[in-house]
Amino acid sequence: MADLAHSTPRSQSNLGRIALRWLLYILLAVFALYYLMPLFVMVTTSLKSLDEIRTGSLVALPREVTFDAWKTAWSGACTGIQCEGLQPYFWNSVLLAVPAVMISTLIGALNGYVIAQWRFKGANLIFSLMLFGCFIPFQVVLLPMARLLGMMGLAGTIPGLIFVHVIYGIGFTTLFFRNYYVTIPSELVKAAKVDGANFFRIFWSIFLPLSLPIIVVTVIWQFTQIWNDFLFGVSFSQAGTQPVTVALNNIVNSTTGVKEYNVDMAAAIIAALPTLLVYVVAGKYFIRGLTAGSVKG
Amino acid sequence: MSEWLENHLPKMVLAPSFIAVLVFVYGFIGWTAWVSLTRSKLLPRYEIHGFIQYDRLFASPRWDTAMNNLFIFGALFIVIAMVLGLLLAIMLDQKIRTEGVIRTIYLYPMALSMIVTGTAWKWILNPGLGIEATVRGWGFENFSFDWVVNPDFAIYTIVLAAVWQSSGFVMALFLAGLRSVDGEIIKAAQVDGIPTWRIYTAIIIPSMAPIFLSAFIVLAHLAIKSFDLVIALTGGGPGYATDLPATYMYAMAFSRGDIGQAASSAMIMMLVVFAIVVPYLYSELRAKTDG
Amino acid sequence: MAPILDIKSLYKNYGTTEILKDINVAIEPGDFLVLVGPSGCGKSTLLNCIAGLEPISGGSLHIGGKDMTHVSPKDRDIAMVFQSYALYPTMSVAKNITFGMKVRGIDQATQDRKLAEVASQLQIEQLLNRRPGQLSGGQRQRVAMGRALVRDPKLFLFDEPLSNLDAKLRVEMRSEIKKLHQTLGASMVYVTHDQIEAMTLATKIVVMKGGVIQQIGSPSEIYNRPANLFVADFMGSPAMNLIPAKIRQNGGDAQIEITRSTGAPIVFHDPKAKGLPEDVILGLRPEDIAESGFRAGEGVQEAECQVEMVEPAGADTYVVSELGGKQVTARMHAETSAVPGQSLSFAFDLSKVSYFSTGSGERLN
Repeated sequence: MADLAHSTPRSQSNLGRIALRWLLYILLAVFALYYLMPLFVMVTTSLKSLDEIRTGSLVALPREVTFDAWKTAWSGACTGIQCEGLQPYFWNSVLLAVPAVMISTLIGALNGYVIAQWRFKGANLIFSLMLFGCFIPFQVVLLPMARLLGMMGLAGTIPGLIFVHVIYGIGFTTLFFRNYYVTIPSELVKAAKVDGANFFRIFWSIFLPLSLPIIVVTVIWQFTQIWNDFLFGVSFSQAGTQPVTVALNNIVNSTTGVKEYNVDMAAAIIAALPTLLVYVVAGKYFIRGLTAGSVKG
Repeated sequence: MSEWLENHLPKMVLAPSFIAVLVFVYGFIGWTAWVSLTRSKLLPRYEIHGFIQYDRLFASPRWDTAMNNLFIFGALFIVIAMVLGLLLAIMLDQKIRTEGVIRTIYLYPMALSMIVTGTAWKWILNPGLGIEATVRGWGFENFSFDWVVNPDFAIYTIVLAAVWQSSGFVMALFLAGLRSVDGEIIKAAQVDGIPTWRIYTAIIIPSMAPIFLSAFIVLAHLAIKSFDLVIALTGGGPGYATDLPATYMYAMAFSRGDIGQAASSAMIMMLVVFAIVVPYLYSELRAKTDG
Repeated sequence: MAPILDIKSLYKNYGTTEILKDINVAIEPGDFLVLVGPSGCGKSTLLNCIAGLEPISGGSLHIGGKDMTHVSPKDRDIAMVFQSYALYPTMSVAKNITFGMKVRGIDQATQDRKLAEVASQLQIEQLLNRRPGQLSGGQRQRVAMGRALVRDPKLFLFDEPLSNLDAKLRVEMRSEIKKLHQTLGASMVYVTHDQIEAMTLATKIVVMKGGVIQQIGSPSEIYNRPANLFVADFMGSPAMNLIPAKIRQNGGDAQIEITRSTGAPIVFHDPKAKGLPEDVILGLRPEDIAESGFRAGEGVQEAECQVEMVEPAGADTYVVSELGGKQVTARMHAETSAVPGQSLSFAFDLSKVSYFSTGSGERLN
C-alpha cells in the first residue's frame, strides 16, 4: 500500500504530528501490555512458592524463584486420582499429534493435487462438500463417532483419536493444498504427461518438490489444531490415553487438596509450550495458515 | 487396462476421502438428526417420535440460558474483537518501526489452547488472589472485580478471555486487507489532497468489505463452537450461568446420559452455523466458478 | 507417402457445447502446419486433442499411420512446447530436458549423449545447471525446445510458444524455429493467434473460427485467395480492404460500381465479375492500391479519390480514403504526394481482386 504515514497534509502542524505519533506508540504499548500480562502472570506465578502467592501481589516478580511447581506439574500433579503430573499426557499428545498431522497432510496433498490439477466432472462438488465439512460444529458428530469408535474397538485409545483427527482434518488440509496447487499452471501436468510421467510420478517428481511452503503451513496448522484440541480429547479418551489439554483441565479443576496455583500455571505453560514454540519459530507460516484457513474458501 | 487405470486414478485417489466425508460428516449429521427425533436416553433408539426432544429442549431453562449466553457472548465477542482488531490494524499500518515485534505480541494468544487461556484468566480473575486482591493491595479497599464467580457477570469474563485470544488474529486479517488495497488509488487520493483519516473511512475500509465478512464468519463460528474456554474458565458455572449450547450438549451426551437432548441441541447448533456459513460459502464458491 | 498426421471428422464437446466441429486435416512428413485464429477459436483445443491431453468426442486421429484416437499422450510419439514453457521449476535445466528419458527408463549414457547434442544445438550448454527461475524468457524458451528436441518424436507440437516473449525476441526465435524445421526436416504443428507468425513459418495454414475450419492452404493461397470474409480480414496487416460494390452485367463485360465520398461513383471493368450477383464485397489488399503511375499491369485501373488521412510508416505511407462507405487503406511509397483533404489519383490492381458474397461471406471468384 502507498505510503500513508509519509504524506500527512501540510495543514497539520508539526507539533500535532509528533503528539499524535506519541499517542499512537503509547496506545500500541498499552495493548501490548494487555496481551502480554496473562503470560507474564503465568510465568511469574509458576516461579513463586504458594506462600508468596498468598501474601504477594499478582503482578509482582517472584521474590524467590523456585522451580518446584514446574517439577510437580511435570511429574507429580494429580489429575483426579492419578498423580503422575502432566508428563504421560504430554507424550500422549505427541504420540497422537505426530501421526495424525502426517497422515492428514499427506492425504490433503494428494486430494488437493487431484482437485486442482486433474479436474474431472464432479470434483468441484466433492471439494465443496469437503469444504463444508470444515465448518460443522463437531458436536453434531460426537455421538455417532463415539459409537463407531466403540464398535471398531478404538474407544478410548490413541489410534481412535488419531482416526478422528485425520477424518476431520482432511477438509482443511485439502483446502490448503488445493488453493496452493491451483496457482500452478496446468501446462506443467500436460508437459509431464507428454514426457511420459504418470499420475504418481508427476506428483512425486514435480509437485511435491514445489510444495515445501504449503507443507509447512499445513503441518503447523494441523499440529496447532490437534495439540490444542479439547473436545475430541475429552469425548473420546479415557484415563491414561488423555491428551495434555484434558489432563491440564483435570489438574486445574481437580477438587482434592490445596489449590496449587503455581502448579496450575506451570502445567498450563507446559501444555502451551509446543505450539508457542512453533509460533515463535515459524510465525510467518502460522499466520499464513490462519488467514488461508479462514479467509479463502 | 493400464489406460483405464491411468484415467481413473485421480478419482480413485480422491474416493476414500470423499467417502469418509460422506459417512463421517454427512452420514453422521443424518444419524444425529434421526436420533434427535427419537426418545433416546442412555442408549440411542431409532423409532421416530417427532419433535419431542426439541420440545423438551425449548422448555428447558438451562438451554434457554445457554442460548441467551450464546447471543450475549457471540454479539459482544464479535463486535469487540472486530473493532479492536481494526483499530490495532490501522494503528500498526502507520509505519511503526517495531511492527514485527508488536504483531508477534498481539497474535501469540492464537497459538494457545483455549484450555490454557481459560486456566490463565481463571487465575487472573479469581477474586481472592487475582486482580481484585491486587488492586485492593494498592490501597483501593473497596475495589470489587468478582465477575468470574458472579452469575450475572461471569459470561463477560468469557468474552474478555475470548477477545484476548482472538483479536490479534482479527488484526492480522485486517492488516493484510489494508495492505492489499490498490496503492494507486491511495496515491490518487493523496494527490487530490484528501486527509489520511478520510482515505481510511472513504476508500480503504469500504474496499475491505470481504475481509469484514470473513472475520465475521470466523468469529461467529468460533463463538458457536466455544466449549473449551468455558470449561476451563468457569466450568459453565456458577450454576449454569455460563452454559453455552456446546457445554449443554456435552453435559447431556456424556454426563447426563440423555442422548436425545444431546442430539437435538447439536442439531440446533448446526442450524445456527449453517444459517451463517451457507450463504457465505455459496457466494464464495459461486464467485470462484464465475471467475 | 502416408500422411504423418491425419485427422478425420474430429469433434470435441464440453457438455453440450461443441468446441470443435468436423475437423479434417492431414499433413505430410516434413510439413509445418500452423493453426491460426482468434482466441477461443478452438486451435489450442485441437492441439491438445492431437497431443492426447484432451479426449476426442468423435472422429479419428492417426499419427504416423497408427490410430492414436484413444492412446495416451506418452505413447503418441510426440513432443510439445507450451506457451508458459511449463518447465519443471524445481529441476535444473539438464534434468528438465532429460526427465522424459528418465521416466521412460532410458540408460544414463544415452541420456547424457542426447542432452549434450541438444544443448549444443540450442547453445544452452552453459545453462544446464541452472533452475528455470534463473533464466530469461528467451532462455526458458530454448530449454522448452530442448526438452522437445531431445525426444526426437514423429511430431512436434507448439502451443503459442512465442507469445510470452517481447517483440524483438519473438522475431529472433521465430527465425530460429524456422531454421530448426529446415535442418531437422521434422513435422510440426504450431498454434498461434499471430497471422504474421503463421505466414512466415507455415508450409500449410489452417484458419479456424468458432471451432470450424475456415480454410486450409499454403500461405500464399490463404493470403491471395482467402476463402471468405473472415479469412480475408484476419490474415494480413493492415487488413484487406473490404468494399461494398455493385456489379452491373453489361453484355460481355461486367461493371463494378463503388460509391465515393465526393463525386460520382467509381466504375471499374473486370471480366472476372461476370455472372456475379448484383451486391458483392470487393476485397483488395492495401499493397494492391497504389498512387497512379507507380503501378502498371493488365488489371490496373485508376480513379480519383479524396484523401482523408496520411500515415507515414517509414518505408511506406498508408493513405486512407473513403470508398463504398468504408475506410480504404492504400499502401503507397514513402514520398507520396498525398495530402489530406485533397484528391489524388489511385491505381487499383484488379487482377488481385477477391469478390465475396454479402450474405454468406464466401468467396465468389
